[in-house]
Amino acid sequence: MQPIIDFVPYTGWVYPNETVFEWSILIAVYPYLTGLVAGAFTVSSLYQVFGFERLKPVAHMALLTSLSFMIFVPTPLLLHLGHPERAFNSTITPHLTSAMAMFGFFASFYVALLILEGWFAYRPFIVDQAQKRTGLLGKFYGLLTLGSHDVSENAMRYDRKWIFALAVIGIPAAHGLHGYVGFMYGSLKSREWWSSDLMPVIFLFSAIISGVSLLAVLYVVSCKLRKIAVDLGCLKGLAYTIWAFIMVALVLEGLEFANIVYKGREGVDMIMQYVTGPLLIPYFILQFAVGAIAPFLWLSYMIWRGTSGRALVIGVTTCACLVLFSVFMMRWNVVIGGQEISKTGKGLMSYQLHWGGKEGALVAVLLTMAPLGVLYILTRLFPPWSDDATHAHS
Amino acid sequence: MKKEDTKPTLEARRGFLARLAGAATCAGAAVGAATLGAIPAVSAKTEAPPPGDSFPTKDYDWTKHQWGFGVDATKCIGCLRCVEACKNENNVPRNAHQFRTWVERYVHIEGEEEVRIDSQSDPVNIEASGSEKEFRFANRYKDAKVDKAFFVPKLCNHCTHPSCVQVCPTGATYRTKDGVVLIDHGYCIGCRYCVQACPYGARYFNEEEGVSDKCTWCYHRITKGLQPACVEVCPVGARVFGDQKDKQSPISLFIRNNRVQVLKPEMGNAPNVFYVGIDKEVN
Repeated sequence: MQPIIDFVPYTGWVYPNETVFEWSILIAVYPYLTGLVAGAFTVSSLYQVFGFERLKPVAHMALLTSLSFMIFVPTPLLLHLGHPERAFNSTITPHLTSAMAMFGFFASFYVALLILEGWFAYRPFIVDQAQKRTGLLGKFYGLLTLGSHDVSENAMRYDRKWIFALAVIGIPAAHGLHGYVGFMYGSLKSREWWSSDLMPVIFLFSAIISGVSLLAVLYVVSCKLRKIAVDLGCLKGLAYTIWAFIMVALVLEGLEFANIVYKGREGVDMIMQYVTGPLLIPYFILQFAVGAIAPFLWLSYMIWRGTSGRALVIGVTTCACLVLFSVFMMRWNVVIGGQEISKTGKGLMSYQLHWGGKEGALVAVLLTMAPLGVLYILTRLFPPWSDDATHAHS
Repeated sequence: MKKEDTKPTLEARRGFLARLAGAATCAGAAVGAATLGAIPAVSAKTEAPPPGDSFPTKDYDWTKHQWGFGVDATKCIGCLRCVEACKNENNVPRNAHQFRTWVERYVHIEGEEEVRIDSQSDPVNIEASGSEKEFRFANRYKDAKVDKAFFVPKLCNHCTHPSCVQVCPTGATYRTKDGVVLIDHGYCIGCRYCVQACPYGARYFNEEEGVSDKCTWCYHRITKGLQPACVEVCPVGARVFGDQKDKQSPISLFIRNNRVQVLKPEMGNAPNVFYVGIDKEVN
């Protein structure tokens, strides 16, 4: 049986209470999921608000992806709480100075916005299905029409206004939600590795690249499953987006690290010992070299050479997978890495990842994959394919 | 549509837009003012104690006291009776990883640049005590040439601007009017944000109860006129406790008669545990 308390090995001098590792892999999964939500929403907004027509094939899938992942965002937190049954205490009686207390409000607002925008986007489809289908599914769509069967041009114009407005509000909402997650770490002065003004922005940009990458992968996979050709223009659009944002993300992370090293405050020796020791592979090799710089160079090459066809599909998909991995490593290096450096500035701890248990790797993988299951069901109920005759309006 | 027909519509629209702009400006100003008002409320510096007069009993008025704690590191002999007394008094888990109070040992060895630091929870010391329920410092430096060595008792600093209280999402942890930071175990959700936020490593998470825990200065004792357990058992008077509102109390005299310092003052937490005789490495 797993020990009830997870004591971790350590070197140097650490406070006695620090030898119990408090935030597990689940707390790394939480910002990862939130980031995917924000990033996927960015793609939808690029089309709905900024008129990136080439992203049309993924615009609706972006909404569904965002919603599927958002549903699972609270799960790692709930599994982690000592008293999950009291979770709503933070929403019913929020402590206003707490960054964490605001989460329930931000998240609920955003979920409501996503559902509303999705409803407007899919309204013609829902009305159509409600009229065509009978039985349980017919009733389901009938219920979703909320009694409004008007799909006249006038009504559609009105809907489009709403979609636009919601997408505009959604941009600060989605990015605020994720920037706030970064603030939760960046605002803690107890740890030098976290305590940074850049943290929310770094979280935001890594979120965007992860969400866009997720959509690139999902789009290619969906095309393969549906046995249709990949719209290369759309894929290129996604590749450009990843390329542009990865650059900013890299610069910001570089600046952040340079700041810590250059300021050289108390405890910097331990940080240097840490990043050149235990963190060398997860941070420099996996997160930066393999996960960010390699795809950045590969994407640059493909853009420069005007790569097309199969090579583009394989290239962008691989790069997107690498970016998804890199962003997870970033979450890991922040959440786990931050705790591995002692608050004394004189010691290092070493997190032991378990496979089983409530907060083990298996649960973490399941929680990360579960939204894909929900997404699959949602795509069956609300097909997001723009090439489909039953597709919702733009 | 004729031109004259459109004119009133345009005017009406312009008028509407002007009103809208005015309304937006007013709303913006209101939001701005509200934000300005909210900033001090959420900043780390303005933790106000909750209202209320008499707490926790009819005989005790928490507005009449301001507790403080002193540590004279020059007196501490590292006997660890305080640690054991605290574990007994407060039902702290019987292991070598969770403490409400602990003692650190700093040893400078001749020819070594870095100070060696350990506490009673160090595996070598646990081995020496033979149990995770009793604590002692192993005599591991008996053959070394020691330049300088001293002990430093540590505990929750009951900060005036506590990071733990600031980040608690439910307000389960709070600062009382008499200056003690407490946790409502019936309301804590067990998120451990407070454990992360404390710069001093004073908090731990009680897995069995699913809540955070830490030193309360033995609030159940001090509100009855007793001393905290660790102060009570200290054989050398290295731990001092008292009411800062009483100018003749042990803590007031301790602060007045010594040059005291606090841990990690740069954090801005304004601790209420005052130290005498600690060295530059202590944080």
